[in-house]
Amino acid sequence: MKNAVGRDIPEELLVNGKEVYQGKNYLDGKYIQKAGPKTRRYEKPQESKIVDSLAQALRDCGAKSGMTFSFHHHLRDGDYVVNMVMKAAIEELGLEDLTIAATSLGSAHDPIADYIEQGKVVGIQTSGIRGRMGEVVSAGKLKTPAIIRSHGGRPRAIEAGEVHIDIAFVAAPTSDCVGNCRGIGGKSDCGSMGYAMTDAKFADHVVVVTDCLVDFPNYPASVEAIDVDAVVVVDSIGNPKKIASAAARISQNPRDLMMAEDVARVIASTPYFKEGFSFQTGVGGPSLAANLFLEKLMDERNIKMGWAIGGICGPMVELLKKGKVGKVIDVQDFDLDAVHSINQTPNHFEMSASQYANPANKGAFVNKLDFVVLAALEIDTDFNVNVLTGSDGVLRGAPGGHPDTAAGSKVCIIVTPLTRGRMATVCEHVVTVTTPGDCVDVLVTDYGIAVNPLRPDLIECLDKAGIKHVTIESLKEKAYSLVGRPDDLQWEDKVVAVLEARDGTILDVVRKIKPYKL
Amino acid sequence: MEIKKTAMAGTLESSDAQVTVEPGNGTVELELSSSVMNQYGRQIKETVLATLERLEVDNAKITVVDKGALDCTLAARIECAVFRSCDKADKDIPWGGMIR
Repeated sequence: MKNAVGRDIPEELLVNGKEVYQGKNYLDGKYIQKAGPKTRRYEKPQESKIVDSLAQALRDCGAKSGMTFSFHHHLRDGDYVVNMVMKAAIEELGLEDLTIAATSLGSAHDPIADYIEQGKVVGIQTSGIRGRMGEVVSAGKLKTPAIIRSHGGRPRAIEAGEVHIDIAFVAAPTSDCVGNCRGIGGKSDCGSMGYAMTDAKFADHVVVVTDCLVDFPNYPASVEAIDVDAVVVVDSIGNPKKIASAAARISQNPRDLMMAEDVARVIASTPYFKEGFSFQTGVGGPSLAANLFLEKLMDERNIKMGWAIGGICGPMVELLKKGKVGKVIDVQDFDLDAVHSINQTPNHFEMSASQYANPANKGAFVNKLDFVVLAALEIDTDFNVNVLTGSDGVLRGAPGGHPDTAAGSKVCIIVTPLTRGRMATVCEHVVTVTTPGDCVDVLVTDYGIAVNPLRPDLIECLDKAGIKHVTIESLKEKAYSLVGRPDDLQWEDKVVAVLEARDGTILDVVRKIKPYKL
Repeated sequence: MEIKKTAMAGTLESSDAQVTVEPGNGTVELELSSSVMNQYGRQIKETVLATLERLEVDNAKITVVDKGALDCTLAARIECAVFRSCDKADKDIPWGGMIR
């Protein structure tokens, strides 16, 4: 069945009430019955929950074949915990038919590809999927299609019981002996632990894995001891060099800066750019550089930003310290400046993934967002964005908070160069729709700006401000005139991944790519 | 033109291509790998063969390792490799003639 973004969704996926994507806010006002976990009582006082090994923790939590284990990705590409846990479960306990439900996965998790090929891991639910895991899943080697969700879609699915987590593993930079966790004070600091919070509340069992045990009570805790069954102390939970970069630097690339300046000009042309406005930006070159130009325009107009959310890095912390933004609310940290600021700098707070972006709660932060600036691998002439699959059709990205912030914000700006090497970023049809075009408002490229015709109000704003803009079709034609018109990818029928819209409907599927023959 | 010896042009940088030509076995034999194979493999092959035809090369083994080069870049790298293989890359290059 065709959905609202024109993608053909196989009927066999439309079971148990699953529907195809119908457009934004389709499920507004509907009621959901939240699922509750089945948890163990620890009535008798315990001095400590520390157990000797991951294997022991798994046994204590009743780990068996067929279970779903959850993980969070604050340690990013430095994470050791996913591999460590899966190794203990599969190689020490001999478990199989396991499902990994992670907030995101990256090339740090290449070893999991072997477990997929061996048929030990049969399900993957994640936002990001990259590296070898992306390749083996794209090759159709995972027993069930991977389920890809946004950062807001995941807590929604957990609360609705669509994902039941048997054991949640919390990678904790610091923990006390009963499992109060924080993202700071250890040797593998990650700052915010926002993505782990919903998991810890909705999992039957919670195991904390830490490499820095601290005195009780480790407070204020990101994950609380009241939800934790066991604490395992290991040598290292991750490679600090890959967890947070020294400092996210603002691009010096003149093309990035030119696009960033255009982004700031577009923002300043709208009525939402006023005292107390709210803002989120990605950490890509031109997105991050937009901060710089925005600050100038804020100074010129003598206004301050009310609050900023997101994955946070140094330049935003800098604005907070300068008093140019009122509050920063943070679900993940990308560099050490942000890691060392959260809960330390006044008005720099932590939030859960649900508070950040869940479309089924009573109002996530994204719903109050004025502006979001995002990147894209591809954007098509219907403004649909792909941030998941490469031009060869292989899984190598992550929707992350992209669809959530795009849907919630008043103005969603995509900033991307028109071409990357020989790849046309602006194209006729994106490989995979990860953010539907009805949520995307403005496209800024190095060859021009295009406004979604669904937003005549913004077209008027740009015209009034004298900002030139063109149709997205003309940008696509410009791109094709430079790099040539790409051939369509050739797919087999087999679905290797299902892309859920943030509301739980099906936005797109990724099929197995046919081997290319010249 | 006759390919007299093995010659190379280009790099493995992004947006470039590395082209190697060698004396052939009576035909044109193409070995192609590309970072954008699925979308542009067919067009790259067409460009390579058309460029060789323009240079009147009909007996060569040509290896193209493409990193997302545009057609103009591909053609330039092939022209250079072919001229190098004939020791004609140093002077009197027919700009605007065979080289376009």
